[in-house]
Amino acid sequence: MKVEQIAIFLENKSGRLADITGILAEKGINIRAMSLADTADFGILRLIVNDTENAQKVLKENGFTVGKTEVIVVEVADKPGGLAGVLQTIKEGELNIEYMYAFTQKSGETGLIIFRFDEIDKAIDILVKSGVRLLSGVEVYAI
Amino acid sequence: MIYNEEYETLPREALEAVQLKRLQAQVERIYATVPYYRAKMDAAGVAPGDIKTLADINKFPFTTKEDLRKNYPFGLFTVPLERVVRIHASSGTTGQPTVVGYTKRDIKIWAELMARCLTAAGATPKDIIHNAYGYGLFTGGLGAHYGAETLGATVVPVSGGNTKRQIMIMRDFQSTVLLCTPSYALNLAESMVDAGIDPAEMALRVGVFGAEPWSENMRQEIEKALGLKAIDIYGLSEIIGPGVSVECIEEQHGLHIMEDHFLPEIVHPETFEPLPLGEKGELVFTTLTKEAFPVIRYRTKDFSRLITSPCTCGRSFYRMEKITGRSDDMLIIRGVNVFPSQIEHVLISIKEVEPHYQIIVERQGSLDTMEVQVEVSDTLFSDAVKRLEALAKTIQHEIKDLLGVSCKVKLVEPKTIQRSEGKAQRVIDKRKI
Repeated sequence: MKVEQIAIFLENKSGRLADITGILAEKGINIRAMSLADTADFGILRLIVNDTENAQKVLKENGFTVGKTEVIVVEVADKPGGLAGVLQTIKEGELNIEYMYAFTQKSGETGLIIFRFDEIDKAIDILVKSGVRLLSGVEVYAI
Repeated sequence: MIYNEEYETLPREALEAVQLKRLQAQVERIYATVPYYRAKMDAAGVAPGDIKTLADINKFPFTTKEDLRKNYPFGLFTVPLERVVRIHASSGTTGQPTVVGYTKRDIKIWAELMARCLTAAGATPKDIIHNAYGYGLFTGGLGAHYGAETLGATVVPVSGGNTKRQIMIMRDFQSTVLLCTPSYALNLAESMVDAGIDPAEMALRVGVFGAEPWSENMRQEIEKALGLKAIDIYGLSEIIGPGVSVECIEEQHGLHIMEDHFLPEIVHPETFEPLPLGEKGELVFTTLTKEAFPVIRYRTKDFSRLITSPCTCGRSFYRMEKITGRSDDMLIIRGVNVFPSQIEHVLISIKEVEPHYQIIVERQGSLDTMEVQVEVSDTLFSDAVKRLEALAKTIQHEIKDLLGVSCKVKLVEPKTIQRSEGKAQRVIDKRKI
């Protein structure tokens, strides 16, 4: 139920995102989902790709600081209230969200929400018990 | 092991008798041969005959880098050029280079002093010495080279630069002793890891590092990364080059000054009055045996203190405490004295922080600002913004705590701070004062 995500440290200077996407493109690595957290001085780019190992390797070879973390990907109905239900469950379970971001699937019927929790195992347990559908890594990498 | 047992273990009284005799002869000769020095002594109302005890040196005027510049290039030599067999010069990054010369005897003494230092560091004729100090006008390369040959070790004169090749040579030759600047030692360790080479493949057992101030923390880093004993060596071209003082491997605490050739003093950094033994201040040296380029009371701008307690290694020479800073490196930020080594101390004491940093000083309006750039390593990195921000805050807080001056901490990508190929440039001062 855990999905691998890579995170890359970025200084706020022009061209760094283009560098990263260029490196990945060259190796034929496809980006499934991304989010960029930014502060005044630096940014953290988080990516889910179809080949985590390789992506991490080539980025490191190119001098980037790369970390690997585990996140979970939740499927919600693409309609008003779809996300609210999941967040209510998280609130009741007293889970602390480090960060989250969203993307939609091609079909447009469901949205996918990526969550990073401190206590990932507890989060999986609570969400699964409440009937929320979590995507496996294989499913996400193949989207 | 002690290279020159007779001199290096002389009882204090006998040593001081040797020093006094040599000092009197040296000052006499300088007065007689260099008009510039003679004029300075005359102006100060002192003459060579005034030296009755070692303490009488206090009455004599100091020599500074400024004096050397004024006499560029050969004005302070005490012998005709035909007797000078070698010239060295400082890098001159802060102005005109300062030029020094050596007679055959000077070179021979220097080589012996370096052999003493290498022996104090634990080197023997059986060692293979990888000498990565720069060869050329800089005294480091040739100074260490002659010392290693005099000792009878096998010298690999690799000089600075081309780090990849250095690593290959060091591994293939199974070099046992590494000579370079401490910042370059870290660069080598890091480059080994980058090239997928385990530092354990090296046969290194000791490193003799000098030419820039470095902290105890940095020593631990280097020892851990390269699996060797890190020994501090001190010297400056104006005195002779490397070999003025060195730590012994037994204690690694304080550098034994080659007192039979150099007379140390510690003076107050502002009033320049002599300080009592054991107090900290600016280090001043008078050469006792130099022929071509002797100096009287040369102000090194390095801060240290003398340790007079006996050492387990058996050497009777006083030790100088590891240099903690230079008045040249000292930054004055909003009126507070800041040494780059203090910043380094803070960084290394925070777990997982790499010692790669740079300090950028600017002036905005009438206010000095200091930015400390720190590289984010894989172990330091987190995918959560708040953790990285907390890290930057911790560093900022610790610096403020230690130095009493606030700064901005900027996290930067790995390898963006220039690596040292010799002396590390830690400070970029953009202030126009």
